Amino acid sequence: MSNTAPAHTSVSGNRKWAIGFTSAVAFFFILNKFILPEAGSGVQKFFNAWFSLTSMAEIMIWIVMALGLNIIVGYAGLLDLGYVAFWALGGYIAGWLMSPFFSSLQINFFGNPRPGLDFGIHFHVFLVLILGGVFTAIWGVIIGGPTLRLKSDYLALVTLGFGEIIPQFMLNGADIAGHNVTNGAQGIGGLDDVNLFGYVIGTFALPEKFLMVSVLAGAMIFFSIRLRDGRLGRAWLAIREDELAASMMGVPLWRTKFASYAIGAVGGGIGGVGFAILVGGVYADRFNFVISIIILAMVVMGGMGNVWGVVVGAVTLAWINSIGLIQIGELVNNSFGTNINFPSYQFLLFGLLLVLMMLFRREGFIPEARIRMVMNEDKFEDEEVVSDETKIGHH
Amino acid sequence: MTSVASGVARKKKITPSAILMKVSMIFVVGVAVYWLGLNLTSDPMQFAQVTVNGLNNGLLYALIALGYTLVYGIIELINFAHGDLFMLSAVFSFAILTELLGAQSPSGTNYILLLLVLLLTMVFGAVVNTSIERLAYRRLRNAPKLAPLITAVGMSFVLQWIGLKWIGSNPVNVNTVLPSTTFELSGIVINFKSLVIFAITIPLLVVLAFIVNKTRRGRAMRATAQDKDASRLMGIDVNQTITFTFAIAGAAAGAAGIMWAQTTGTVAYNLGFQLGLIAFTAAVLGGVGNLYGAVLGGLIIGLIQSYNDGLAIGPGQRWSQTMVFTILILLMVYRPGGLLGETAQEKV
Repeated sequence: MSNTAPAHTSVSGNRKWAIGFTSAVAFFFILNKFILPEAGSGVQKFFNAWFSLTSMAEIMIWIVMALGLNIIVGYAGLLDLGYVAFWALGGYIAGWLMSPFFSSLQINFFGNPRPGLDFGIHFHVFLVLILGGVFTAIWGVIIGGPTLRLKSDYLALVTLGFGEIIPQFMLNGADIAGHNVTNGAQGIGGLDDVNLFGYVIGTFALPEKFLMVSVLAGAMIFFSIRLRDGRLGRAWLAIREDELAASMMGVPLWRTKFASYAIGAVGGGIGGVGFAILVGGVYADRFNFVISIIILAMVVMGGMGNVWGVVVGAVTLAWINSIGLIQIGELVNNSFGTNINFPSYQFLLFGLLLVLMMLFRREGFIPEARIRMVMNEDKFEDEEVVSDETKIGHH
Repeated sequence: MTSVASGVARKKKITPSAILMKVSMIFVVGVAVYWLGLNLTSDPMQFAQVTVNGLNNGLLYALIALGYTLVYGIIELINFAHGDLFMLSAVFSFAILTELLGAQSPSGTNYILLLLVLLLTMVFGAVVNTSIERLAYRRLRNAPKLAPLITAVGMSFVLQWIGLKWIGSNPVNVNTVLPSTTFELSGIVINFKSLVIFAITIPLLVVLAFIVNKTRRGRAMRATAQDKDASRLMGIDVNQTITFTFAIAGAAAGAAGIMWAQTTGTVAYNLGFQLGLIAFTAAVLGGVGNLYGAVLGGLIIGLIQSYNDGLAIGPGQRWSQTMVFTILILLMVYRPGGLLGETAQEKV
């Protein structure tokens, strides 16, 4: 994504990566806003096929999601297998608060309703982002609260359960005791256009929308780095590396885990709002377990805990998932005369990726120095107390 | 945790949150009892019918839950791939029995073929499960806990992909060997297929319990589950014991797979994910690591699901999954150790 070399020191490294990220975003914005409309059809075709702006904008949402999950999995070392729930919740907050959906109400708080559709709830986009974050944080607390005291693998299971329940609720939500809460499988469409201080980003203003979600991703990157270096972040890393030692050093385990869970959820909520605005609606059937696993694969592949590693992981996997598999497949099929259905290998790709990464490169491709040591602890430790040679035959 | 620093055992302090937990638990149980009672009094016949159906499904859940509980008991790993192993076994039995051997209708020879393929599917399940253990989990035995867990999730995806490539993305109808005859027992319609499930599952469960509780291997399994280093010192081949456990778990999943394909008449590549989660909930409900707990949990989950889907006054089928996961979450809150297990709380 960027052409800068991996960093050696954290501060200058961050700067290099940040410049790389910003210039990549600026490049795609200027390219699509000013250059491509003037360019020849061949160039247009190439970029639309390999780097379509819709997919690039979605990649930014994936970055937000992956960084949110990174706070839970990468920083605090808790496994969350239902992160898609937060995506769904954030999306529905946008659907509820920025559309004519609740037609019996008529609330307009600095919103930007479409002409003739001024019923429903219309909040300003900033307010919706904040409310989306708060709402998912509350859900993070509800989900994490009872289970964070349990063994870590139980937490994985409960999050998985919520990851199934919440989308199913959205899917069945057209009739909750007679009320239409979520509009069921049809979802909520026709979200308001974003109005930033008088500048309206229209439904089809893709370059501007891309810029908008890129700003979200940038903010998420910034906060992730700042959080990690702060007091709370260092407490998370301490817990991740050794819970017992951390608690002996005075780190309040439960409260710290709780914070990671709530703050990680905020990422999902903000990303969800951003995604809903991007596609102009929120649709329940998109939220399934595969999404949670793809986000997890992004975090694992890039390097758990390392912000820039996760960003690279998110960009790579999101690109492969949305464009790469199809385009590379077409290229291969056309040049070798084969007829392989590449997108059908998605499951194998993500499954094998998770397995192989765990077996051979647990720290990810762009690891953080500390997580490399933690993840390979078993290799550094003394041989097991009783090594295999000394065991007594049992036959 | 109450401290006994003063030397005198102090009475357990009653905190407001503990009272809240108790009260809300009584409330939840009360609502459930009220709901069942309401249905029982309004239509006892249907209630009995739904109960029979529930027990039927419950036995299959129990077979799958056993695999979870055995593996969790011995290496503390939630084997996310287990549900997909069950799916793959169902697909395998379909490919062998229905397609290859062409046993698609009830007849004497086909019953014998069914029994043979049942054994074959169990072997298949055992082989796949032990290979996964050998290739992936064993290398991660001393790694941080996150690593095998993520590996298991990845394995589940790989198995799902195999199923997808094998039978395609749409559910496939299976022409079953078992006849769809029914008979009535004092007003309750009983399916012949459910009798077959009872007749095959219950002996299997008894054999499993015998292996774990009475044989030398079983004793080695229980010892390894308690303390790997100590069992190694006692001369137990820990790796072999773990492989054996995976084999048993895989065989149980295999049996469940073929029973599912033959009784419900459909297989689908994404069957494993849902049923795996239901079965894991069953295992947790009974108390993970406890064999009888898995069976009990499976039966209870089967009943609850059946009541939810089938009773006149109830949420209905579209909330089926939500119901199961809600139970899972409530369990985690109120009784993480399950009905027959010990408490699973960690010091936090």
